[in-house]
Amino acid sequence: MTGTAGWRIAGVTLACVLAGCVTINIYFPAAAAERAADRIIDEVWQLKPDAVKPKTDKPAATP
Amino acid sequence: MTRLNALRAFVLVLLLAFAGLAAAQANLEINTPAIAALQRSMQERHAQLQPLYASGAVGLTRDGNVALRDANAVPLAQRAQVNALVAAENQDRAALYREIARANGKPEWESDIRATFAQRWIDKAQPGWYYQNASGAWVRK
Repeated sequence: MTGTAGWRIAGVTLACVLAGCVTINIYFPAAAAERAADRIIDEVWQLKPDAVKPKTDKPAATP
Repeated sequence: MTRLNALRAFVLVLLLAFAGLAAAQANLEINTPAIAALQRSMQERHAQLQPLYASGAVGLTRDGNVALRDANAVPLAQRAQVNALVAAENQDRAALYREIARANGKPEWESDIRATFAQRWIDKAQPGWYYQNASGAWVRK
């Protein structure tokens, strides 16, 4: 009886985990996207100390 | 005995789950010439946008763009220039989100990437800058 229940729990867990894996693979890798966003934003906004460069290139913007 | 087997199965399932999770944590591809060019273009534009963020004239929207928030903070003579700056920035941002999705072979991820960036731009914004909260209201950070 308890053995059957145990297998049932394991079965349900497996089903949930498989569903989770499918979800992760088909849907969006949020953590990886966040890391990618951070790398790009740090570069664009010059947030990392080693990325700060002296003001050499100034965009010619004013018409 | 069967109970022990069930426990073993359970542990195996957990191990498989973590293996799957680790595989899903791989990095996104962002090292393409198109993405690098957009990054450079936005970095150069940032020198002009930064004072506008600081004055509150321009804010970060909840959908990963920038917007003219307070036109009165910009002298009339410069308003057209600021509008052009905002439009150019949003164009680059849209292209960036699209390019990242494309570089990873998943064009359908574009809106998710945009949503991720929207959150991270706001998280990384400097104190005093304005951003849109979830209901679209402007909030000073």
